[in-house]
Amino acid sequence: MTGPLILIVDDEEQIRKLLEITLQTSDFSVKTASTAKEAVTMAKTHNPDLILLDIGLPDENGQEVLKKIRQWFTKPILILSVQSDEENIIKALDNGANDYLVKPFRTGELLARIRSSIRGVIPVTLNNHIFNDDLEIDYNLRAVKKNKEIVKLTATEYDLLVLFAKNEGRVLTHQYLLREVWGPGYVNQSQYLRVFIAQLRKKIETEPNQPEYILTESRVGYRFVAKDHF
Amino acid sequence: MSDLVGYRVVALILLVTVSLIAMFFDIVPVLVAAILSALVWDFFFIPQKFTFAISSAEDLLMFLMYFVVALVNAVLMTKIRKMEKLANQKEEKENTLKLYNTLLNSLSHELRTPISTIIGATDNLQSMADKLSELNKYELVSEISKASLQLDRQVGNLLNMSRLESGYIKPKNDWFDINELIYDVINQLKDELKNIPVHVAIKENLPLFKLDYGLVSQIVHNLLHNAATNIPKYAVITLRANCKQDRLVIVVEDTGYGFPPNEIEKVFEKFYRLKNSKTGGTGLGLSIVKGFVESMNGTVTLANMPDSGAIFTIELPAELSYLNLNVKV
Repeated sequence: MTGPLILIVDDEEQIRKLLEITLQTSDFSVKTASTAKEAVTMAKTHNPDLILLDIGLPDENGQEVLKKIRQWFTKPILILSVQSDEENIIKALDNGANDYLVKPFRTGELLARIRSSIRGVIPVTLNNHIFNDDLEIDYNLRAVKKNKEIVKLTATEYDLLVLFAKNEGRVLTHQYLLREVWGPGYVNQSQYLRVFIAQLRKKIETEPNQPEYILTESRVGYRFVAKDHF
Repeated sequence: MSDLVGYRVVALILLVTVSLIAMFFDIVPVLVAAILSALVWDFFFIPQKFTFAISSAEDLLMFLMYFVVALVNAVLMTKIRKMEKLANQKEEKENTLKLYNTLLNSLSHELRTPISTIIGATDNLQSMADKLSELNKYELVSEISKASLQLDRQVGNLLNMSRLESGYIKPKNDWFDINELIYDVINQLKDELKNIPVHVAIKENLPLFKLDYGLVSQIVHNLLHNAATNIPKYAVITLRANCKQDRLVIVVEDTGYGFPPNEIEKVFEKFYRLKNSKTGGTGLGLSIVKGFVESMNGTVTLANMPDSGAIFTIELPAELSYLNLNVKV
Protein backbone atom coordinates (compact mmCIF):
# COMPACT_ATOMS: atom_id res chain seq x y z
CA MET A 1 0.00 0.00 0.00
CA THR A 2 1.47 3.32 -0.99
CA GLY A 3 -0.01 6.67 0.01
CA PRO A 4 0.78 10.09 -1.44
CA LEU A 5 4.48 10.68 -2.14
CA ILE A 6 6.23 13.30 -0.04
CA LEU A 7 9.64 14.75 -0.82
CA ILE A 8 11.53 15.78 2.32
CA VAL A 9 14.23 18.42 1.79
CA ASP A 10 16.39 19.09 4.84
CA ASP A 11 20.15 19.24 5.29
CA GLU A 12 20.01 17.73 8.79
CA GLU A 13 20.07 13.96 8.71
CA GLN A 14 18.34 13.69 12.10
CA ILE A 15 15.38 15.69 10.87
CA ARG A 16 15.18 13.72 7.63
CA LYS A 17 15.19 10.45 9.56
CA LEU A 18 12.54 11.67 12.01
CA LEU A 19 10.27 12.95 9.25
CA GLU A 20 10.75 9.80 7.22
CA ILE A 21 9.71 7.53 10.08
CA THR A 22 6.79 9.74 11.08
CA LEU A 23 5.42 9.98 7.56
CA GLN A 24 5.93 6.33 6.68
CA THR A 25 4.11 5.34 9.85
CA SER A 26 1.22 7.48 8.66
CA ASP A 27 1.16 5.66 5.31
CA PHE A 28 2.89 8.23 3.15
CA SER A 29 5.60 7.29 0.66
CA VAL A 30 8.80 9.23 1.22
CA LYS A 31 11.81 10.45 -0.77
CA THR A 32 14.51 12.59 0.77
CA ALA A 33 16.96 15.23 -0.45
CA SER A 34 19.63 17.06 1.52
CA THR A 35 20.65 19.89 -0.81
CA ALA A 36 18.87 22.46 -2.94
CA LYS A 37 20.31 20.96 -6.11
CA GLU A 38 19.17 17.47 -5.19
CA ALA A 39 15.74 18.85 -4.26
CA VAL A 40 15.17 20.37 -7.70
CA THR A 41 16.24 17.16 -9.49
CA MET A 42 14.20 14.89 -7.23
CA ALA A 43 11.12 17.08 -7.58
CA LYS A 44 11.41 16.76 -11.38
CA THR A 45 12.05 13.01 -11.51
CA HIS A 46 9.57 11.87 -8.84
CA ASN A 47 6.85 14.51 -9.15
CA PRO A 48 5.81 14.17 -5.47
CA ASP A 49 2.36 15.02 -4.13
CA LEU A 50 3.86 17.40 -1.60
CA ILE A 51 7.28 18.88 -0.82
CA LEU A 52 8.47 19.56 2.75
CA LEU A 53 11.17 22.18 2.21
CA ASP A 54 13.59 23.44 4.86
CA ILE A 55 13.97 27.15 4.09
CA GLY A 56 17.51 27.24 5.55
CA LEU A 57 19.50 25.01 3.20
CA PRO A 58 23.28 25.42 3.15
CA ASP A 59 23.91 25.47 -0.59
CA GLU A 60 21.29 27.91 -1.79
CA ASN A 61 18.90 30.52 -0.43
CA GLY A 62 15.66 28.70 0.44
CA GLN A 63 13.50 31.41 -1.12
CA GLU A 64 15.34 30.94 -4.44
CA VAL A 65 14.90 27.17 -4.33
CA LEU A 66 11.22 27.70 -3.62
CA LYS A 67 10.82 30.08 -6.58
CA LYS A 68 12.73 27.71 -8.85
CA ILE A 69 10.54 24.72 -7.96
CA ARG A 70 7.39 26.82 -8.08
CA GLN A 71 8.00 27.73 -11.74
CA TRP A 72 6.58 24.38 -12.80
CA PHE A 73 5.58 22.48 -9.64
CA THR A 74 1.87 23.04 -8.94
CA LYS A 75 1.31 20.78 -5.96
CA PRO A 76 1.65 21.89 -2.32
CA ILE A 77 4.95 23.01 -0.81
CA LEU A 78 5.28 23.20 2.99
CA ILE A 79 8.08 25.26 4.49
CA LEU A 80 10.08 24.22 7.55
CA SER A 81 11.50 27.22 9.36
CA VAL A 82 13.15 28.17 12.65
CA GLN A 83 11.57 30.27 15.35
CA SER A 84 11.14 34.07 15.23
CA ASP A 85 11.67 34.19 11.52
CA GLU A 86 8.23 35.48 10.59
CA GLU A 87 9.56 37.72 7.84
CA ASN A 88 11.05 34.75 6.04
CA ILE A 89 7.85 32.76 6.52
CA ILE A 90 5.70 35.54 5.05
CA LYS A 91 8.13 35.88 2.13
CA ALA A 92 7.97 32.13 1.51
CA LEU A 93 4.17 32.18 1.55
CA ASP A 94 4.32 35.05 -0.97
CA ASN A 95 6.73 33.03 -3.08
CA GLY A 96 4.24 30.22 -3.43
CA ALA A 97 4.59 28.07 -0.32
CA ASN A 98 1.22 26.74 0.83
CA ASP A 99 1.92 26.55 4.52
CA TYR A 100 4.69 26.47 7.11
CA LEU A 101 5.86 24.67 10.22
CA VAL A 102 8.18 26.09 12.84
CA LYS A 103 10.90 23.82 14.24
CA PRO A 104 10.56 22.22 16.72
CA PHE A 105 7.07 21.13 15.68
CA ARG A 106 4.73 18.48 17.05
CA THR A 107 3.94 15.42 14.98
CA GLY A 108 0.20 16.00 15.14
CA GLU A 109 0.65 19.47 13.75
CA LEU A 110 2.87 18.20 10.93
CA LEU A 111 0.34 15.58 9.83
CA ALA A 112 -2.57 18.01 10.03
CA ARG A 113 -0.73 20.54 7.84
CA ILE A 114 0.22 17.91 5.30
CA ARG A 115 -3.30 16.53 5.09
CA SER A 116 -4.98 19.89 4.68
CA SER A 117 -2.40 20.97 2.10
CA ILE A 118 -2.93 17.83 0.05
CA ARG A 119 -6.69 18.21 0.29
CA GLY A 120 -6.31 21.70 -1.12
CA VAL A 121 -8.84 24.47 -1.53
CA ILE A 122 -12.44 23.41 -1.02
CA PRO A 123 -14.41 24.23 -4.20
CA VAL A 124 -17.40 26.45 -3.66
CA THR A 125 -19.44 24.64 -6.25
CA LEU A 126 -21.09 23.10 -3.23
CA ASN A 127 -24.25 24.72 -1.96
CA ASN A 128 -23.28 24.74 1.65
CA HIS A 129 -20.72 23.76 4.25
CA ILE A 130 -21.22 22.60 7.81
CA PHE A 131 -18.27 22.77 10.19
CA ASN A 132 -18.08 20.95 13.55
CA ASP A 133 -21.87 20.49 13.52
CA ASP A 134 -22.54 24.05 14.64
CA LEU A 135 -21.43 26.43 11.89
CA GLU A 136 -23.10 26.43 8.50
CA ILE A 137 -22.43 28.54 5.43
CA ASP A 138 -25.09 28.55 2.71
CA TYR A 139 -23.39 29.85 -0.43
CA ASN A 140 -26.57 30.25 -2.44
CA LEU A 141 -28.34 32.35 0.15
CA ARG A 142 -25.11 33.99 1.38
CA ALA A 143 -26.34 33.03 4.84
CA VAL A 144 -24.46 31.83 7.91
CA LYS A 145 -25.97 29.83 10.77
CA LYS A 146 -24.48 29.22 14.20
CA ASN A 147 -26.26 26.49 16.17
CA LYS A 148 -28.98 26.55 13.49
CA GLU A 149 -29.69 30.24 14.07
CA ILE A 150 -29.04 32.84 11.38
CA VAL A 151 -26.08 35.09 12.15
CA LYS A 152 -26.19 38.55 10.61
CA LEU A 153 -22.89 39.26 8.89
CA THR A 154 -21.92 42.37 6.96
CA ALA A 155 -20.81 41.83 3.36
CA THR A 156 -17.14 42.14 4.37
CA GLU A 157 -17.51 39.72 7.29
CA TYR A 158 -19.18 37.22 4.96
CA ASP A 159 -16.44 37.52 2.32
CA LEU A 160 -13.80 37.05 5.01
CA LEU A 161 -15.54 33.96 6.40
CA VAL A 162 -15.96 32.37 2.96
CA LEU A 163 -12.30 32.96 2.16
CA PHE A 164 -11.39 31.24 5.44
CA ALA A 165 -13.78 28.34 4.88
CA LYS A 166 -12.46 27.66 1.39
CA ASN A 167 -8.94 27.49 2.82
CA GLU A 168 -9.78 25.39 5.84
CA GLY A 169 -6.66 24.27 7.71
CA ARG A 170 -4.28 26.61 5.87
CA VAL A 171 -2.59 29.75 7.05
CA LEU A 172 -3.60 32.98 5.31
CA THR A 173 -1.27 35.95 5.78
CA HIS A 174 -2.52 39.36 6.88
CA GLN A 175 -1.51 40.80 3.52
CA TYR A 176 -3.31 38.07 1.59
CA LEU A 177 -6.54 38.53 3.55
CA LEU A 178 -6.45 42.32 3.14
CA ARG A 179 -5.74 42.03 -0.58
CA GLU A 180 -8.47 39.46 -1.23
CA VAL A 181 -11.22 40.97 0.90
CA TRP A 182 -10.54 44.72 0.86
CA GLY A 183 -8.44 45.09 -2.30
CA PRO A 184 -4.80 45.66 -3.27
CA GLY A 185 -4.83 49.21 -1.86
CA TYR A 186 -5.44 47.92 1.66
CA VAL A 187 -2.54 45.51 2.23
CA ASN A 188 -1.04 47.74 4.92
CA GLN A 189 -4.32 48.59 6.66
CA SER A 190 -4.00 45.83 9.22
CA GLN A 191 -6.27 47.68 11.67
CA TYR A 192 -9.29 46.78 9.48
CA LEU A 193 -8.38 43.12 9.63
CA ARG A 194 -7.94 43.17 13.43
CA VAL A 195 -11.31 44.80 13.97
CA PHE A 196 -13.17 42.54 11.55
CA ILE A 197 -11.57 39.39 12.93
CA ALA A 198 -12.68 40.41 16.44
CA GLN A 199 -16.17 41.12 15.12
CA LEU A 200 -16.40 37.86 13.17
CA ARG A 201 -15.22 35.86 16.18
CA LYS A 202 -17.94 37.44 18.31
CA LYS A 203 -20.49 36.21 15.81
CA ILE A 204 -19.31 32.70 14.93
CA GLU A 205 -17.24 31.50 17.89
CA THR A 206 -18.81 29.98 20.98
CA GLU A 207 -16.05 31.61 23.08
CA PRO A 208 -14.77 34.59 21.03
CA ASN A 209 -11.67 34.82 23.23
CA GLN A 210 -10.86 31.14 22.92
CA PRO A 211 -11.62 30.70 19.23
CA GLU A 212 -11.93 27.22 17.82
CA TYR A 213 -12.36 28.30 14.19
CA ILE A 214 -10.28 31.40 13.50
CA LEU A 215 -6.87 30.84 15.07
CA THR A 216 -4.18 33.50 15.43
CA GLU A 217 -0.82 32.73 13.84
CA SER A 218 1.35 35.26 15.66
CA ARG A 219 2.82 37.89 13.33
CA VAL A 220 1.95 35.87 10.20
CA GLY A 221 -1.81 35.66 9.79
CA TYR A 222 -4.85 33.54 10.61
CA ARG A 223 -5.82 29.93 10.13
CA PHE A 224 -9.40 28.66 9.92
CA VAL A 225 -9.67 25.14 11.28
CA ALA A 226 -12.54 22.71 11.67
CA LYS A 227 -12.31 19.32 13.32
CA ASP A 228 -14.72 17.97 10.75
CA HIS A 229 -16.73 19.34 7.89
CA PHE A 230 -18.81 18.23 4.97
CA MET B 1 37.76 94.41 28.26
CA SER B 2 41.17 95.57 29.27
CA ASP B 3 39.54 98.90 30.22
CA LEU B 4 37.57 97.16 32.94
CA VAL B 5 40.12 94.65 34.22
CA GLY B 6 43.85 94.52 33.95
CA TYR B 7 45.36 92.53 31.07
CA ARG B 8 46.88 90.09 33.56
CA VAL B 9 43.42 89.16 34.80
CA VAL B 10 42.50 88.51 31.18
CA ALA B 11 45.30 85.93 31.09
CA LEU B 12 43.70 84.07 33.97
CA ILE B 13 40.30 84.11 32.27
CA LEU B 14 41.87 82.68 29.12
CA LEU B 15 43.62 80.04 31.21
CA VAL B 16 40.33 78.95 32.75
CA THR B 17 38.89 78.66 29.23
CA VAL B 18 41.75 76.44 28.11
CA SER B 19 41.28 74.23 31.18
CA LEU B 20 37.59 73.88 30.45
CA ILE B 21 38.37 72.89 26.86
CA ALA B 22 40.84 70.32 28.18
CA MET B 23 38.04 68.68 30.14
CA PHE B 24 36.07 67.87 27.03
CA PHE B 25 38.44 67.61 24.08
CA ASP B 26 41.51 65.67 22.97
CA ILE B 27 45.09 66.79 23.30
CA VAL B 28 45.34 68.32 19.80
CA PRO B 29 42.45 70.82 20.04
CA VAL B 30 43.60 71.73 23.55
CA LEU B 31 47.14 72.50 22.36
CA VAL B 32 45.73 74.59 19.54
CA ALA B 33 43.56 76.45 22.06
CA ALA B 34 46.55 77.04 24.35
CA ILE B 35 48.68 78.48 21.54
CA LEU B 36 45.86 80.55 20.04
CA SER B 37 44.85 82.01 23.39
CA ALA B 38 48.47 82.94 24.19
CA LEU B 39 48.73 84.75 20.87
CA VAL B 40 45.33 86.42 21.32
CA TRP B 41 46.38 87.63 24.73
CA ASP B 42 49.64 88.96 23.39
CA PHE B 43 48.06 90.65 20.36
CA PHE B 44 45.01 92.24 21.94
CA PHE B 45 45.89 92.80 25.57
CA ILE B 46 49.63 93.12 26.31
CA PRO B 47 50.74 96.78 25.92
CA GLN B 48 51.75 97.63 22.39
CA LYS B 49 48.22 96.45 21.69
CA PHE B 50 47.48 95.07 18.21
CA THR B 51 51.07 93.98 17.73
CA PHE B 52 52.83 90.84 18.80
CA ALA B 53 55.66 92.92 20.26
CA ILE B 54 56.14 92.75 24.04
CA SER B 55 58.01 95.69 25.50
CA SER B 56 58.62 94.90 29.18
CA ALA B 57 60.63 91.93 30.45
CA GLU B 58 57.95 91.30 33.06
CA ASP B 59 55.28 90.92 30.39
CA LEU B 60 57.50 88.64 28.36
CA LEU B 61 57.95 86.41 31.41
CA MET B 62 54.21 86.47 32.00
CA PHE B 63 53.59 85.46 28.40
CA LEU B 64 56.00 82.53 28.56
CA MET B 65 54.59 81.35 31.89
CA TYR B 66 51.06 81.60 30.55
CA PHE B 67 52.09 79.41 27.67
CA VAL B 68 53.73 76.80 29.90
CA VAL B 69 50.83 76.68 32.38
CA ALA B 70 48.31 76.24 29.55
CA LEU B 71 50.34 73.37 28.08
CA VAL B 72 50.86 71.58 31.40
CA ASN B 73 47.18 71.96 32.09
CA ALA B 74 46.30 70.36 28.77
CA VAL B 75 48.71 67.46 29.16
CA LEU B 76 47.65 66.68 32.76
CA MET B 77 43.99 66.73 31.87
CA THR B 78 44.55 64.34 28.98
CA LYS B 79 46.48 61.98 31.23
CA ILE B 80 43.74 61.93 33.82
CA ARG B 81 41.15 61.13 31.20
CA LYS B 82 43.24 58.33 29.77
CA MET B 83 43.58 56.74 33.20
CA GLU B 84 39.87 57.06 33.80
CA LYS B 85 39.20 55.33 30.51
CA LEU B 86 41.54 52.46 31.40
CA ALA B 87 39.83 52.01 34.75
CA ASN B 88 36.45 51.90 33.03
CA GLN B 89 37.65 49.32 30.56
CA LYS B 90 39.01 47.19 33.36
CA GLU B 91 35.72 47.36 35.22
CA GLU B 92 33.83 46.50 32.04
CA LYS B 93 36.08 43.52 31.48
CA GLU B 94 35.50 42.35 35.03
CA ASN B 95 31.75 42.73 34.60
CA THR B 96 31.82 40.75 31.35
CA LEU B 97 33.83 38.05 33.05
CA LYS B 98 31.40 37.93 35.95
CA LEU B 99 28.47 37.76 33.55
CA TYR B 100 30.19 35.04 31.58
CA ASN B 101 30.77 32.97 34.72
CA THR B 102 27.18 33.35 35.85
CA LEU B 103 26.09 32.38 32.36
CA LEU B 104 28.25 29.27 32.41
CA ASN B 105 27.04 28.22 35.85
CA SER B 106 23.45 28.83 34.99
CA LEU B 107 23.68 27.17 31.60
CA SER B 108 25.61 24.15 32.65
CA HIS B 109 22.92 23.49 35.21
CA GLU B 110 19.81 24.48 33.31
CA LEU B 111 20.81 22.81 30.04
CA ARG B 112 22.57 19.79 31.49
CA THR B 113 19.60 18.79 33.64
CA PRO B 114 17.21 18.17 30.73
CA ILE B 115 20.04 16.73 28.62
CA SER B 116 20.91 14.24 31.39
CA THR B 117 17.25 13.30 31.64
CA ILE B 118 17.03 12.65 27.90
CA ILE B 119 20.25 10.63 27.78
CA GLY B 120 19.35 8.60 30.86
CA ALA B 121 15.80 7.90 29.78
CA THR B 122 16.77 6.88 26.24
CA ASP B 123 19.52 4.61 27.59
CA ASN B 124 16.96 2.86 29.76
CA LEU B 125 14.53 2.51 26.91
CA GLN B 126 17.21 1.14 24.59
CA SER B 127 18.97 -1.32 26.85
CA MET B 128 16.27 -2.42 29.27
CA ALA B 129 13.21 -2.37 27.05
CA ASP B 130 12.21 -5.93 27.96
CA LYS B 131 12.44 -5.33 31.71
CA LEU B 132 10.45 -2.09 31.78
CA SER B 133 6.73 -2.14 32.42
CA GLU B 134 4.47 -0.27 30.01
CA LEU B 135 3.86 2.32 32.70
CA ASN B 136 7.61 2.82 33.23
CA LYS B 137 8.14 3.23 29.52
CA TYR B 138 5.37 5.76 29.34
CA GLU B 139 6.86 7.69 32.26
CA LEU B 140 10.32 7.72 30.71
CA VAL B 141 8.94 9.01 27.44
CA SER B 142 7.03 11.74 29.31
CA GLU B 143 10.25 12.79 31.03
CA ILE B 144 12.02 13.00 27.68
CA SER B 145 9.20 15.09 26.32
CA LYS B 146 9.23 17.45 29.33
CA ALA B 147 13.01 17.79 29.19
CA SER B 148 13.03 18.65 25.51
CA LEU B 149 10.38 21.34 25.94
CA GLN B 150 12.45 22.77 28.78
CA LEU B 151 15.51 22.82 26.52
CA ASP B 152 13.51 24.55 23.82
CA ARG B 153 12.43 27.25 26.27
CA GLN B 154 15.98 27.83 27.52
CA VAL B 155 17.33 28.12 24.00
CA GLY B 156 14.54 30.58 23.20
CA ASN B 157 15.51 32.65 26.26
CA LEU B 158 19.15 32.64 25.28
CA LEU B 159 18.33 33.70 21.73
CA ASN B 160 16.18 36.56 22.99
CA MET B 161 18.89 37.60 25.43
CA SER B 162 21.55 37.65 22.73
CA ARG B 163 19.23 39.63 20.45
CA LEU B 164 18.93 42.18 23.25
CA GLU B 165 22.65 42.20 24.02
CA SER B 166 23.63 42.73 20.40
CA GLY B 167 21.15 45.60 20.09
CA TYR B 168 19.53 43.69 17.25
CA ILE B 169 15.99 44.33 18.52
CA LYS B 170 14.15 46.85 16.41
CA PRO B 171 10.43 46.86 17.16
CA LYS B 172 8.27 46.23 14.07
CA ASN B 173 5.07 47.99 14.96
CA ASP B 174 1.71 46.99 13.57
CA TRP B 175 -1.88 47.24 14.78
CA PHE B 176 -3.13 44.58 17.12
CA ASP B 177 -6.05 43.79 19.40
CA ILE B 178 -4.84 43.35 22.98
CA ASN B 179 -7.65 40.83 23.67
CA GLU B 180 -6.35 38.64 20.88
CA LEU B 181 -2.76 38.92 22.09
CA ILE B 182 -3.50 38.04 25.70
CA TYR B 183 -5.62 35.01 24.84
CA ASP B 184 -3.04 33.94 22.27
CA VAL B 185 -0.39 33.87 25.02
CA ILE B 186 -2.69 32.04 27.46
CA ASN B 187 -3.26 29.46 24.74
CA GLN B 188 0.50 29.05 24.17
CA LEU B 189 0.89 28.33 27.90
CA LYS B 190 -2.14 26.12 28.32
CA ASP B 191 -0.09 23.16 29.56
CA GLU B 192 1.70 25.21 32.23
CA LEU B 193 -1.59 26.85 33.29
CA LYS B 194 -3.58 23.62 33.39
CA ASN B 195 -4.22 23.73 37.14
CA ILE B 196 -3.97 27.45 37.75
CA PRO B 197 -6.98 29.75 37.57
CA VAL B 198 -6.23 32.75 35.32
CA HIS B 199 -8.60 35.71 35.49
CA VAL B 200 -8.56 38.05 32.55
CA ALA B 201 -9.79 41.59 33.10
CA ILE B 202 -9.39 43.58 29.90
CA LYS B 203 -11.17 46.90 29.83
CA GLU B 204 -13.96 46.95 27.27
CA ASN B 205 -13.71 48.88 24.01
CA LEU B 206 -9.99 49.41 24.17
CA PRO B 207 -8.48 50.86 21.01
CA LEU B 208 -6.10 48.94 18.76
CA PHE B 209 -2.45 49.53 19.68
CA LYS B 210 0.38 49.93 17.22
CA LEU B 211 3.29 48.04 18.79
CA ASP B 212 5.44 45.00 18.06
CA TYR B 213 3.09 42.03 18.55
CA GLY B 214 5.98 39.58 18.96
CA LEU B 215 7.74 41.60 21.65
CA VAL B 216 4.57 42.40 23.61
CA SER B 217 3.41 38.79 23.54
CA GLN B 218 6.86 37.59 24.65
CA ILE B 219 6.67 40.03 27.58
CA VAL B 220 3.25 38.75 28.66
CA HIS B 221 4.40 35.17 28.03
CA ASN B 222 7.43 35.52 30.30
CA LEU B 223 5.49 37.23 33.10
CA LEU B 224 2.73 34.64 32.95
CA HIS B 225 5.18 31.75 32.81
CA ASN B 226 7.15 33.21 35.70
CA ALA B 227 4.01 33.49 37.81
CA ALA B 228 2.78 30.02 36.82
CA THR B 229 6.03 28.31 37.78
CA ASN B 230 6.57 30.14 41.06
CA ILE B 231 3.22 30.41 42.79
CA PRO B 232 1.86 27.92 45.33
CA LYS B 233 -1.04 25.59 44.54
CA TYR B 234 -3.88 27.71 45.90
CA ALA B 235 -2.84 30.90 44.09
CA VAL B 236 -4.56 32.58 41.16
CA ILE B 237 -3.21 34.85 38.42
CA THR B 238 -4.96 37.96 37.16
CA LEU B 239 -4.14 39.58 33.84
CA ARG B 240 -5.34 43.13 33.25
CA ALA B 241 -5.11 45.44 30.27
CA ASN B 242 -6.06 49.07 30.02
CA CYS B 243 -5.28 52.22 28.11
CA LYS B 244 -3.95 55.22 30.02
CA GLN B 245 -3.70 58.31 27.80
CA ASP B 246 -1.52 57.09 24.94
CA ARG B 247 -0.12 54.09 26.78
CA LEU B 248 -0.98 50.43 26.85
CA VAL B 249 -0.98 49.19 30.45
CA ILE B 250 -0.67 45.47 31.14
CA VAL B 251 -0.78 44.12 34.68
CA VAL B 252 0.09 40.60 35.76
CA GLU B 253 -0.67 39.89 39.40
CA ASP B 254 -0.79 36.76 41.48
CA THR B 255 -1.80 35.73 44.98
CA GLY B 256 1.42 33.82 45.64
CA TYR B 257 4.21 34.57 48.09
CA GLY B 258 5.32 37.85 46.55
CA PHE B 259 9.00 38.80 46.37
CA PRO B 260 11.40 39.38 49.27
CA PRO B 261 11.44 43.22 49.53
CA ASN B 262 15.25 43.39 49.47
CA GLU B 263 15.36 41.44 46.19
CA ILE B 264 12.68 43.31 44.24
CA GLU B 265 15.27 45.67 42.75
CA LYS B 266 17.37 42.77 41.55
CA VAL B 267 14.89 40.46 39.85
CA PHE B 268 15.23 42.19 36.48
CA GLU B 269 19.00 41.71 36.47
CA LYS B 270 20.43 39.19 34.09
CA PHE B 271 20.72 35.67 35.57
CA TYR B 272 19.45 36.87 38.94
CA ARG B 273 17.47 34.23 40.74
CA LEU B 274 15.78 34.57 44.09
CA LYS B 275 17.91 33.26 46.94
CA ASN B 276 15.40 30.57 47.90
CA SER B 277 13.97 29.85 44.46
CA LYS B 278 13.44 26.27 43.40
CA THR B 279 15.57 24.98 40.57
CA GLY B 280 14.50 25.53 36.99
CA GLY B 281 14.88 28.77 35.11
CA THR B 282 17.99 30.65 34.12
CA GLY B 283 17.09 33.99 35.62
CA LEU B 284 16.65 35.33 32.10
CA GLY B 285 12.88 35.59 31.77
CA LEU B 286 12.42 38.84 33.68
CA SER B 287 15.53 40.52 32.30
CA ILE B 288 14.19 39.80 28.82
CA VAL B 289 10.92 41.43 29.89
CA LYS B 290 12.81 44.51 31.00
CA GLY B 291 14.93 44.60 27.84
CA PHE B 292 11.94 44.23 25.51
CA VAL B 293 9.91 46.83 27.43
CA GLU B 294 12.77 49.30 27.24
CA SER B 295 13.30 48.65 23.53
CA MET B 296 9.77 50.05 23.12
CA ASN B 297 10.46 53.00 25.47
CA GLY B 298 8.16 51.58 28.12
CA THR B 299 8.49 50.86 31.82
CA VAL B 300 8.09 47.78 33.96
CA THR B 301 7.62 47.83 37.73
CA LEU B 302 7.27 45.14 40.34
CA ALA B 303 5.64 45.49 43.74
CA ASN B 304 4.16 43.23 46.37
CA MET B 305 0.41 43.24 46.92
CA PRO B 306 -0.79 44.46 50.33
CA ASP B 307 -1.88 41.01 51.58
CA SER B 308 0.27 38.65 49.53
CA GLY B 309 1.41 38.10 45.97
CA ALA B 310 3.25 40.12 43.37
CA ILE B 311 2.13 42.65 40.81
CA PHE B 312 4.00 43.46 37.61
CA THR B 313 2.92 46.57 35.72
CA ILE B 314 3.97 47.25 32.14
CA GLU B 315 3.38 50.60 30.47
CA LEU B 316 4.10 51.04 26.78
CA PRO B 317 3.64 54.28 24.86
CA ALA B 318 1.76 53.48 21.64
CA GLU B 319 -0.16 54.88 18.71
CA LEU B 320 -3.88 54.18 19.16
CA SER B 321 -6.71 53.55 16.71
CA TYR B 322 -10.38 53.74 17.58
CA LEU B 323 -11.50 52.38 14.23
CA ASN B 324 -15.23 52.79 13.87
CA LEU B 325 -16.77 49.56 12.70
CA ASN B 326 -19.77 51.31 11.21
CA VAL B 327 -17.58 52.82 8.53
CA LYS B 328 -18.23 50.71 5.45
CA VAL B 329 -15.00 49.32 4.09
